[in-house]
Amino acid sequence: MSHVPAPTSPARVAIRVDDLTRRFGDFTAVDAIRFEVASGEVFGFLGANGAGKTTAIRMLIGLLAPTDGRAQVAGFDVATDAEQVRRRIGYMSQRFSLYEDLTVRENIALYGGIYGLSDADIAARGGTMIAELRLEAHADELVRTLPLGWKQKLAFSVALLHGPDVVFLDEPTGGVDPITRRQFWELIYAAAARGTTVFVTTHYLDEAEYCDRVAIMVDGRIAALGTPEELKRDFATDSLDEVFVRLARGTGAVA
Amino acid sequence: MRALRVLLRKEFLQIRRDPTILRLLFIMPVVQLMVLANAASFEVKESRVWVVDRDRTPTSAALVERLAGTGRFLVVGQGLRQEDGNAALLAGRANAIVSIPEGFARDLQRTHHAAVQLAFNAEDGAQAGVASSYATEVVARYSAELGAAVLPMNVAASARGTPTPGSPRIDVHRRNWFNPALEYRWYMVPGILVQLITIGGTFMTALNIVREKEAGTLDQLNVTPIGRTTFIAAKLIPFWIIGLVQLSVGLAVAAFAFRIPIEGSLALVYGAAALYLVAALAVGLWVSSISDTQQQAVFVTFSLLMVYILMSGLFTPIRSMPDWAQNVAQLNPLMHFISLMRGVMLKGASVVDVLPRLAALAGGAAVLMTLAVRRYRKGGA
Amino acid sequence: MTQALAALRAFIVKEFQHILRDRQTLVILLALPVAQLTLFGFALRTDVRDIRLAYIAEAPDDATAALRTRFARNGRFTLVDVAPTPGAIEAAFRADRADVALVIASGLAERLRDGRDAELQVIADASDPNTGATMQTHVVAVLTGWQRDLLPQAASGGIEPRIRMLFNPTLESVNLFVPGLIALILTIVTALMTAISLSREKERGTLEVLLVSPLHPWQVIVGKVAPYLLLAFVNVVSVLVAAWLVFGVPFRGSLVTLMAGSTLYALVGLALGVLIAAITSSQLTAMLAALIGTMMPSTLLSGMIFPIASMPAPLQLLSSIVPARWFIDISRGIMLKGAGWTELWPQFAVLTAMFAALMTLAIRRFSVRLD
Repeated sequence: MSHVPAPTSPARVAIRVDDLTRRFGDFTAVDAIRFEVASGEVFGFLGANGAGKTTAIRMLIGLLAPTDGRAQVAGFDVATDAEQVRRRIGYMSQRFSLYEDLTVRENIALYGGIYGLSDADIAARGGTMIAELRLEAHADELVRTLPLGWKQKLAFSVALLHGPDVVFLDEPTGGVDPITRRQFWELIYAAAARGTTVFVTTHYLDEAEYCDRVAIMVDGRIAALGTPEELKRDFATDSLDEVFVRLARGTGAVA
Repeated sequence: MRALRVLLRKEFLQIRRDPTILRLLFIMPVVQLMVLANAASFEVKESRVWVVDRDRTPTSAALVERLAGTGRFLVVGQGLRQEDGNAALLAGRANAIVSIPEGFARDLQRTHHAAVQLAFNAEDGAQAGVASSYATEVVARYSAELGAAVLPMNVAASARGTPTPGSPRIDVHRRNWFNPALEYRWYMVPGILVQLITIGGTFMTALNIVREKEAGTLDQLNVTPIGRTTFIAAKLIPFWIIGLVQLSVGLAVAAFAFRIPIEGSLALVYGAAALYLVAALAVGLWVSSISDTQQQAVFVTFSLLMVYILMSGLFTPIRSMPDWAQNVAQLNPLMHFISLMRGVMLKGASVVDVLPRLAALAGGAAVLMTLAVRRYRKGGA
Repeated sequence: MTQALAALRAFIVKEFQHILRDRQTLVILLALPVAQLTLFGFALRTDVRDIRLAYIAEAPDDATAALRTRFARNGRFTLVDVAPTPGAIEAAFRADRADVALVIASGLAERLRDGRDAELQVIADASDPNTGATMQTHVVAVLTGWQRDLLPQAASGGIEPRIRMLFNPTLESVNLFVPGLIALILTIVTALMTAISLSREKERGTLEVLLVSPLHPWQVIVGKVAPYLLLAFVNVVSVLVAAWLVFGVPFRGSLVTLMAGSTLYALVGLALGVLIAAITSSQLTAMLAALIGTMMPSTLLSGMIFPIASMPAPLQLLSSIVPARWFIDISRGIMLKGAGWTELWPQFAVLTAMFAALMTLAIRRFSVRLD
């Protein structure tokens, strides 16, 4: 699989996170993290369960208010301009979140309508999407009847329907077979190639290799950040797996 | 507005595909009315009477016959010993004892005065009270009849100075308005209709929203630009409409199957229901905002509805409660709506008559909806 | 055998640990029944307390004034002013300002003086038939007293009915409803608790782990139920104490028999809960089934609020499969009538049979399901 990062000027920042913090009572789930994601970049967000990934992503998409710090997505502050942010992002959660009791076409019409696309637009983009996913034969079936892999690809495409600047994917490939995962990543690259920034959390380390850059969270902090190659070099190993295990154990980087 | 339209379309599509919706709309009203209207009745049917007739004269036997003849009393046993009667009462075989003492007929002949003892099982005080008033009436009528029969003697006795034939009488006429046949069902059905749309509206709203929470689709909607208000409106409008449809089905069953009169204006009934449903749905919305799982939502809704319904005057009159409980009940929109429905359906109350109730409903709807929406906005973000 | 018993003991200990660890639920389980009893005990009443009487004298005179005073002094009546015009009474009823109207035609004093007949009308708002009839009876009682004072000769003679109200001479509805509420609360608590706790284990798969262990299915169920039986027993005691302390409900019969009956009834509730857990597939449906399957019948078909004798025959028949119906016979019988074993053994027998049937069914369902 080959991927060339979309040509973006480094000045265009899709996500900017400054000392973003979230506390629940005494527990600090996300502890003053800071990073930037460039437009068109595929940014991997890694961490063990409970490391704070989901809390961080929920703050970035406006589902959770930060306790401290700031975050800008697509040029707007998530705390003060949530409305503007929501227009410019797409989101796909780790749980399948389309309506199982609506058909493929009805789901597309629903989300298209929510984002204010015209009926003609919905029909056009929906048609293209269904064709790309090869779902023509199933477009009028209830989503419930589709296999999981198809559902996930459909959910991803629906999240891109309104042409968002940034799309957030929270463990999009959980429970999916390897072939479908591969197809899924092809969809991600296609989106990135069109200029969409992709922010993806995963705990499959082979998937991390597909990302332009990767951040690894440990105990609410960002323990490492860089391209997969940089990380492997810093930790003097040839697998991200090793990097991850060492970070999680707290044995740290060689540097 | 477009977002609202799109969301409403989605809600209706989902509702149409939900197999429980038909049951809710048509079967529930019929079953509830059938069971509740028949089970929830304080109607006093026949009392089972044990007779202890120690007089054993035609006069005493005729009294017992009169009682049985009303159809309100059924003689289940007879004997000479009072203890047998007591035992029957204790074991629940009988719920009243009529004891006629020896010399009953003789005393009546000689002194125009005799006593008969009527003992009731007063565990259920209201029922015993009603039964005793029936019995008293029978005894009084029989007494008057006998009085007529022994009138010649009465005139003779009047030689002592009381001018019997000319003695004035005070006639008391009793009348029962709005429900002359004292049909308990008439009274219950309007209230059951209210309970019906309360259970439907509150439960469905709470469960529907929590189900989206559990499925994760709620988060998906929350990251889109649609406002919370639009979302809430899209959720509540379908259930508001369903509530009104449920009411219509219920009213049809009430009118055609139960032949309950609808004296007042149907428009008033629907207007009040439209207001009340806002309050009922607000409660559902509030429940959904504090519950994470459908199970929690069911438990909270059930506990709430139990208090709500038992303190609404549906089963037992509000005015029988202690004052503090009556004051609390004033805050219950269900109570106001039930009272309004009974007034409009049975008594033909007009808008002016029920204005205070309408005001209470409007106020309750506004307050509950504001609280629920505020709580909902806070709970989600 | 001893090994099996040791396993059972270990299992019961585990169940207790579960329950005791969850402090919040425990407090709810212990406090809720008493709270419910108190709230509903106050709210569920049918006594007629205050009667709003529209006193309408078409032409007021000495006699109507005297009668008015008689009603005003009675304490039970609140006099409401309604104009002596046609339609005024109906308007007052419709606006819910009055309950009963007493209409006196003009010339009452004159008629009484001249020895002519007088006529009165007592009109009740009978939309609530019972309350209407009862209120009317109260008005007539006052009129009868007045008549007796006024015309002693007319009132004497004839057959005098002497009414005795047994078991509840003051006719207080509290005495009727509280023993019934005990049944409702015990069912909800016991059936709901076991249904949820068992179906939770089923959902999580821990029940299967237990059932593949050397324990017999009945041992698993006994182990699950034993702690809740103890809890239910505590609930029985607290609810009875509350009934006595808060509402002063009499305890005329034997406390031991009452405790025995309550415990037996709690067992039926537990068995019902086990059966519900056995036939439902999720906690949610178990909960719904437990609430609807116990609460509705225990409230409406048990005689708790509405007398069974008032129902049509099919519902009366249906009510006989509702356990609460039989327990209410026991609780009312013992508390109000002082009934004992001699009168109540049939009810005990029915409840015992119900318990046996439900338990057998539940255990069979559990064994079948896990084949």
